[in-house]
Amino acid sequence: MGDDAKPLSPAMRVVIPLVLGAILIGVWEVMVWWLEVPRFILPAPSMIGHSLMTDYPSLLASLWITLRITLMAFVIALVLGVALAVLSTQWRVVEISIFPYAVALQVTPVVAIAPLILIWVGVEHIDRALLILATIVAFFPILSNTTLGLKSVDHNLRDLFQLYGASRWQRLRLLQLPAAMPYLLGGMKISGGLALIGAVVAEFVAGSGTGSGLAWRIVESANRLNIPRMFAALLMLSALGIVIFLLLAGLEKLLLGRWHESAVRRER
Amino acid sequence: MDGVDRTTEPMAATARPLIRISGVGKRYTGGTQALHDINMTVAEGEFLSLLGPSGCGKSTLLRLIAGLGEPSEGTIDWPRANYDAAAQPERSIGFVFQEPTLMPWATVFENVYLPLRLDGMRRGDAKAQVEEAIEGVGLHGFIKSYPRQLSGGMRMRVSIARALVKRPKVLLMDEPFAALDEMTRMKLNDDLLELWAGRGWTVLFVTHSVYESVYLSSRIAVMGTKPGHLRELIRIDAPYPRDEAFRLSSAYNEYCRVTSASLRGVMGGSEH
Repeated sequence: MGDDAKPLSPAMRVVIPLVLGAILIGVWEVMVWWLEVPRFILPAPSMIGHSLMTDYPSLLASLWITLRITLMAFVIALVLGVALAVLSTQWRVVEISIFPYAVALQVTPVVAIAPLILIWVGVEHIDRALLILATIVAFFPILSNTTLGLKSVDHNLRDLFQLYGASRWQRLRLLQLPAAMPYLLGGMKISGGLALIGAVVAEFVAGSGTGSGLAWRIVESANRLNIPRMFAALLMLSALGIVIFLLLAGLEKLLLGRWHESAVRRER
Repeated sequence: MDGVDRTTEPMAATARPLIRISGVGKRYTGGTQALHDINMTVAEGEFLSLLGPSGCGKSTLLRLIAGLGEPSEGTIDWPRANYDAAAQPERSIGFVFQEPTLMPWATVFENVYLPLRLDGMRRGDAKAQVEEAIEGVGLHGFIKSYPRQLSGGMRMRVSIARALVKRPKVLLMDEPFAALDEMTRMKLNDDLLELWAGRGWTVLFVTHSVYESVYLSSRIAVMGTKPGHLRELIRIDAPYPRDEAFRLSSAYNEYCRVTSASLRGVMGGSEH
């Protein structure tokens, strides 16, 4: 955490941002009523809240769809990324052969390949297209971070394992994977957010027809000028993103808390 | 050899040496000649220091003895060891690096247990042996600590415990105390001598400190640079156990003077 920040109690770390949020929402509410801003341009927070209450069955169903695609994409990206990283550090030929294509996949904007993926999976399976696109977006940070981590093993520790005749499997499990853990967790934090972005962007592009995730709710609300509901859907999306981030940050603390420099608080 | 060998090989007639180094040279792929024509033997039970300036190849030689890398010329034999199917000697060594080289994610126990674990020994079976090694270096009470919670000297003790846990015949140490402060270093020197006297293993100790090598060693191999070569073998005949009294004695001063002169000859020879 922030090195130069003055010590702040955990409660204040929560309370201070909440107070700021409450002030901003209050100003927003008052300004909207005061200036009589039309609801299809900027709805008041109270109207967004009202929309959240009345529309929540349909919004919740959409949230569930987006959440499912995000989670599945994240898990697939995690498994694939770690597996390929392990393979490429065990056999250099794997690394040399797959990395250019992984980079190519990464730098190609996902929006540009969406139509192609849609044609391949067929319009009746849009959810599969969303899953594939979100996975592509989430995959690369896991692969590159884990590869870097597996290679960043202290040379003397590597020598030590060689001295004691460690097998390839022992070296991977007892040395390389633990050493790569901070890198992997960093990659996971990026990928968790990217999986959600991928799921939303893919739905914007693939959208119509069976699409009914949160992204589609936003498009639909915009078309009908139901801006309060659009804000409600947006709110849910950012809440989802925040929850994913917090869960992964918690996991990081749980796994690294006792030993890694990043997780240990220093007293001065 | 371009130096004067002032010693006869110890017990050459009566016993086979533990390690025999014959005509060893090492050239790296970049073309750097790190070592040239090293000839010496290591007898069982001796405390032999490899002393020399940076770049004399003393660490390289130690790593070759450990089996980390192959000499480009010459051979390193272990006349008393069994050789396996791949013609590798069963070296029975412990290695202590210049840095403690501990796994930061593992406790003191896990770090010291590692060599036994890599041999396939179960935790329960290894427990007594690991705890004995940790207690042997005076770290009881820190078994569950993580390396980052320990001071530099304590981390080095963990590293020594790990090197000793398999009860090796030879302990190889690559400038183990170079990064520590003077007080910690003296304390660890004394503790190391005590451990060595109690167990009867052989120690090969790389250092660039004349004072440290004279205090610890029964023999010093003085090495020179460009390329790394063996300059001179100096026997330190002072009896063990050695303590503060030896450090203050005139004999110690005389040994330091002779060794320094030898080392200076090495430096002068290589730089002018």
